[in-house]
Amino acid sequence: MKVSLFVTCLVDLFHTNVGKATVELLERLGCEIDFPEAQTCCGQPAYNSGYVKEAKEAMKHMIRTFEHADYVVTPSGSCATMFKEYPHIFQGDREWEPKAKALADKTYELTQFIVDVLKIEDVGASLQGRATYHTSCHMTRLLGVKEAPFKLLKHVKGLEIVPLPNAHQCCGFGGTFSVKMGPISEQMVDEKIEHIEEIHADYLIGADCGCLMNIGGRIKRQGKPIKVMHIAEVLNSR
Amino acid sequence: MPMKIGNANFHERVETNLHNTFMRGAVAGAQERLHTRRLEAAKELGNWEEWRALGEEIRQHTLENLDYYLMQLSENVAKRGGHVFFAQTAEEANNYIRDVVIRKKAKKIVKSKSMVTEEINLNAVLEAAGCEVIETDLGEYILQIDDHDPPSHIVAPALHKNKEQIRDVFREKLGYKQTEKPEELALHARKTLRREYLTADIGITGCNFAIAESGSITLVTNEGNADLVTALPKTQITVMGMERIVPTFEEMEVLVSLLTRSAVGQKLTSYITVLTGPRDEGDVDGPEEFHLVIVDNGRSNILGTEFQPVLQCIRCAACVNVCPVYRHIGGHSYGSIYSGPIGAVLSPLLGGYDDYKELPYASSLCAACTEACPVKIPLHELLLKHRQVIVEREGKAPISEKLAMKAFGLGAASSFFYKFGSKVAPSALAPFTNDDRISKGPGPLKAWTEIREFPAPNKERFRDWFREHQKGGGK
Repeated sequence: MKVSLFVTCLVDLFHTNVGKATVELLERLGCEIDFPEAQTCCGQPAYNSGYVKEAKEAMKHMIRTFEHADYVVTPSGSCATMFKEYPHIFQGDREWEPKAKALADKTYELTQFIVDVLKIEDVGASLQGRATYHTSCHMTRLLGVKEAPFKLLKHVKGLEIVPLPNAHQCCGFGGTFSVKMGPISEQMVDEKIEHIEEIHADYLIGADCGCLMNIGGRIKRQGKPIKVMHIAEVLNSR
Repeated sequence: MPMKIGNANFHERVETNLHNTFMRGAVAGAQERLHTRRLEAAKELGNWEEWRALGEEIRQHTLENLDYYLMQLSENVAKRGGHVFFAQTAEEANNYIRDVVIRKKAKKIVKSKSMVTEEINLNAVLEAAGCEVIETDLGEYILQIDDHDPPSHIVAPALHKNKEQIRDVFREKLGYKQTEKPEELALHARKTLRREYLTADIGITGCNFAIAESGSITLVTNEGNADLVTALPKTQITVMGMERIVPTFEEMEVLVSLLTRSAVGQKLTSYITVLTGPRDEGDVDGPEEFHLVIVDNGRSNILGTEFQPVLQCIRCAACVNVCPVYRHIGGHSYGSIYSGPIGAVLSPLLGGYDDYKELPYASSLCAACTEACPVKIPLHELLLKHRQVIVEREGKAPISEKLAMKAFGLGAASSFFYKFGSKVAPSALAPFTNDDRISKGPGPLKAWTEIREFPAPNKERFRDWFREHQKGGGK
């Protein structure tokens, strides 16, 4: 099966390891990876700041970049959600709405793709330790992917998954919110970290690099021993 | 209390409230309780998503036919001997009510809870006209005797106070001598308020839902205070936002079910009262005279715009109770009597962007509000629309942000600029980089690194690795 990878700008620039793990994992599960080099960003930073015109330019570029793809898979619930929003954003645009819909229809978040399309729940991974999973807001509430990460994590040998208290609460990332509303964001991420510490988790796992950059960056600043991992890295651990 | 609270700017208010540990403890505790109870109440009803869809449909239908239903409502109120006044502005509403008060030579007025009367600042107008105005909802009463402390929550106005603080207010203002036990506090307020109902000249209420087919108004309370406000004084004035209307009893029942479950996690509140016009012949209680004041105050400007869904709101505060931003900053930070996500959407529409331009950004767009809303208002999308308006129509966005977004548009829409930018980023940021991280970032990274570490850009971008990976034949 040929899969076009939308790696996301955060992974491309800052989290190469997450991209590598995604490729290796999907290849191991029998996929052939296509990486359209022209890809940039889904447009969310501009769109969520109210710059719809600028965002639409990025979106059109991404629609063109992935026009040829059968499946578009991305290791980010939030960026997948953004692709899914494209038809809504181009609503009424006779040229771009149908193209946006075509892209949205073939886009999957990584865990959703593995569970729903590849129909695999045990990817043969193993990792020793006690972990908890951060349910990121866009992936859970807007994309509606709630079960897939847990189904996959359940089969990781040696890994104990402990429920995160107040899991429904945002970690305080929110894109530009994290810098525009720094003091509020700080309180939110601190509360999230308190809950992770409460259950004595060795690992915090998530499926969105934005949230992980926020939580992980704060954990590093505080010098706490919790290790932050993207779910692709966990599923690629053997 | 006018809609706007105080003159401090948003960031100053947030700073103050983040240090208010009493408030933060009280708010977090209340959020946890209300969240759990709401989920249980929704589950118990079953098919919650179908109920929400029905709620949304009812509200949308009503708004699309608002002129028709308002006309029907006013005809039916008039038929039952009531008076209807359409107030286009806060001032018109206040003037009408003051005229009634003067005509009735009223000295004492009892009120049940009403956000719209807070919005139009009615109490101040009536007090200036020489009346004593007494709030009878326990939360509102506490705030009123505490030198008019503003409400911090649309359903539980005194949510920011804990029981010890309330005890202290009672001691100072009412000569209260008992403990902070809620039962004792409530009993004391009840005894005090009973005397007021019996001697009041006019009762003023808000309105949860007006019913067009019968000209009735519905009041939802847990304290029964609205029943006393409407049963004892000779004149009743009900003030409603122009959108707070349903076609028939059938729709009222659906919305009340959604309201009580979403607001407080109850199947029903202790009192749900439907009143139709003044006292009829043979009635043992109720007012001799009934006035319904229907307030526009900016609502009709929202009709027909992209923001129309905000008028679906039934003021349950479910969105407030799940909001992680509200959780930390509390209601007073919003600078408006309407706080939380609904306040962040509504306040700029009713009060203008000059006073409320920060509120649409006081959200991480986590969509917990949208998920909780029983009538499916896409609250986080409306916050986004505000941001768009602020950038495109109001031109209130900072220049640095505009430039950054222009650059983003260029970079993200062109693989050439993107590749070039991402290639040079590690060298550009090298002076700030320590190992794998940036602890004191320049420009836009400054705000981030005040709180957290920022990852240094990888020298080997993913795309560079992938190219090599493919040369090696992939798997």
